[in-house]
Amino acid sequence: MSANLSAIFYLISGVLFILALRGLSSPETSRRGNFFGILGMAIAIIVTFLSIGNFSSGFIYVLIILLIGGSVGAFIAFKIPMTAMPELVAGFHSLVGLAAVFVAISAFLNPESFNLGILGNIKLGSLIEMSIGASIGAITFSGSIIAFLKLQGIMSGSPITFKGQHLLNALILISIIILTYLLCFTQSANLFWILIAISFLIGFLLIIPIGGADMPVVISMLNSYSGWAAAGIGFTLENSALIITGALVGSSGAILSYIMCKGMNRSFFSVILGGFGGTEQYSSSKSKEQKPVKSGNAEDAAFLMKNASSVIIVPGYGMAVAQAQHALREMVDTLKKNDIKVSYAIHPVAGRMPGHMNVLLAEANVPYDEVFELEEINNDFSNADVAFVIGANDVTNPAAKTDPQSPIYGMPVLDVEKCKSVLFVKRSLSPGYAGIDNDLFYKENTLMLFADAKKMTEDITNNL
Amino acid sequence: MEIDPFIFRLSIFILSIFIGYYVVWSVTPSLHTPLMSVTNAISSVIIVGAIIAGLSGSSENIFDIPNIFGFLAIFLAAINIFGGFLVTQRMLQMYKKKKKDK
Repeated sequence: MSANLSAIFYLISGVLFILALRGLSSPETSRRGNFFGILGMAIAIIVTFLSIGNFSSGFIYVLIILLIGGSVGAFIAFKIPMTAMPELVAGFHSLVGLAAVFVAISAFLNPESFNLGILGNIKLGSLIEMSIGASIGAITFSGSIIAFLKLQGIMSGSPITFKGQHLLNALILISIIILTYLLCFTQSANLFWILIAISFLIGFLLIIPIGGADMPVVISMLNSYSGWAAAGIGFTLENSALIITGALVGSSGAILSYIMCKGMNRSFFSVILGGFGGTEQYSSSKSKEQKPVKSGNAEDAAFLMKNASSVIIVPGYGMAVAQAQHALREMVDTLKKNDIKVSYAIHPVAGRMPGHMNVLLAEANVPYDEVFELEEINNDFSNADVAFVIGANDVTNPAAKTDPQSPIYGMPVLDVEKCKSVLFVKRSLSPGYAGIDNDLFYKENTLMLFADAKKMTEDITNNL
Repeated sequence: MEIDPFIFRLSIFILSIFIGYYVVWSVTPSLHTPLMSVTNAISSVIIVGAIIAGLSGSSENIFDIPNIFGFLAIFLAAINIFGGFLVTQRMLQMYKKKKKDK
């Protein structure tokens, strides 16, 4: 296949990827969008084989490896529970990052087959692109591994900080730039290995100080990095499909990080610098006196809801942890049978990744037109009878509106307190990830339901 | 004077960033998780580079170091491609509208 013809096919697959993302603008078109994505990928792979035109024994090996990898991927995709989506996405990002590193290494060691010059005398531009791709790929890999371990709970979700952390990170970042510069002049393989090694290190150091509640930002950020790494390799290979895709993914991840930061009213920079979610500095300043709390049981909650005409459900990460989405849906079904209007309110940063709650509710067969975003539903709380907060905490804290001293001051929150009564399902009175007390617990119209979210929801259903 | 092809690639890159910007803003927030999994899947188009790397060199010694890195990259990218698209499909199947027969 001629180079021009294959370039046109790569362009087509790039366009199909754009259409794949475009499809996600509504659930109806999204499935077709995904099909476009698959088609684009198939075209890119087939064209690559045809343009190499080498169907010797190597081709068979490549095909076998492709199928083994594919089966592993398919197996994971079918087995993974929906609650584990954040971990899965973090894990997948790490694979893209590592693949970018491997491709860059291969191109560095064997530049002839990529038309980049010869070993020891690689074209300057290609060498820069390659270094950028490899370096960002390595950062994506080690960063995603840490994010994965934190989300999986293997590593503590609390931030790990030490003295001189920022200085160390800055020094490493500067040395990456210097190394790239030196590499271009010396073409030394050793410098290339060092560059990759310290990029792995910086990815690791960048993510360890970031706390569990900031994970939505981290995942989106790593999503963005994996795109930039792909684009870097795309420039090296002079491949438009890769360049287009890299740019799409890069900007997609950047936008998601922006939306997540806005949802927490935090600057991107402060998330990256990390340290948020440490409980010691905030909780100590709070008064230790025991404020009165009204707590109830499933019967009280069922009574309140039975007499309501509209209920708004506010799910949070706790619902995912307790796997309570199906039980919740059953409760809602019972409510609906009693002609009670039910809707769901989702805060942008509820859960551990963008859209996390929506997927869980969809899994439990909740129709997506009953699920609303913060801006769409926030005015409805004053007209609703009951707000049922399940596994959410900080995103309902009125302190974000009233207390300028609060670390979450200015964060957009759901106006749950405007409801006639608030039901708060929680395991204990412990503060949320921001480490601050929620005034909502002590309000006159709040009823605390201390139990596991799933068990409590089931009990309420039985009492309805 | 002839324009370096790099400039054309750079143009594609910059324009694609803008396309990405507008397309992604139009994605409905409830589909942000599928957005992440599908972007993950399409960024595995890096497999193109991996295949070139895997098939590089002469056909006698296909287990040279550059090839082995290529094979590893193919393996990782293939996991992502199949895993990413299939899990996206699985998620999107779940998004249903309210049933009309009520």
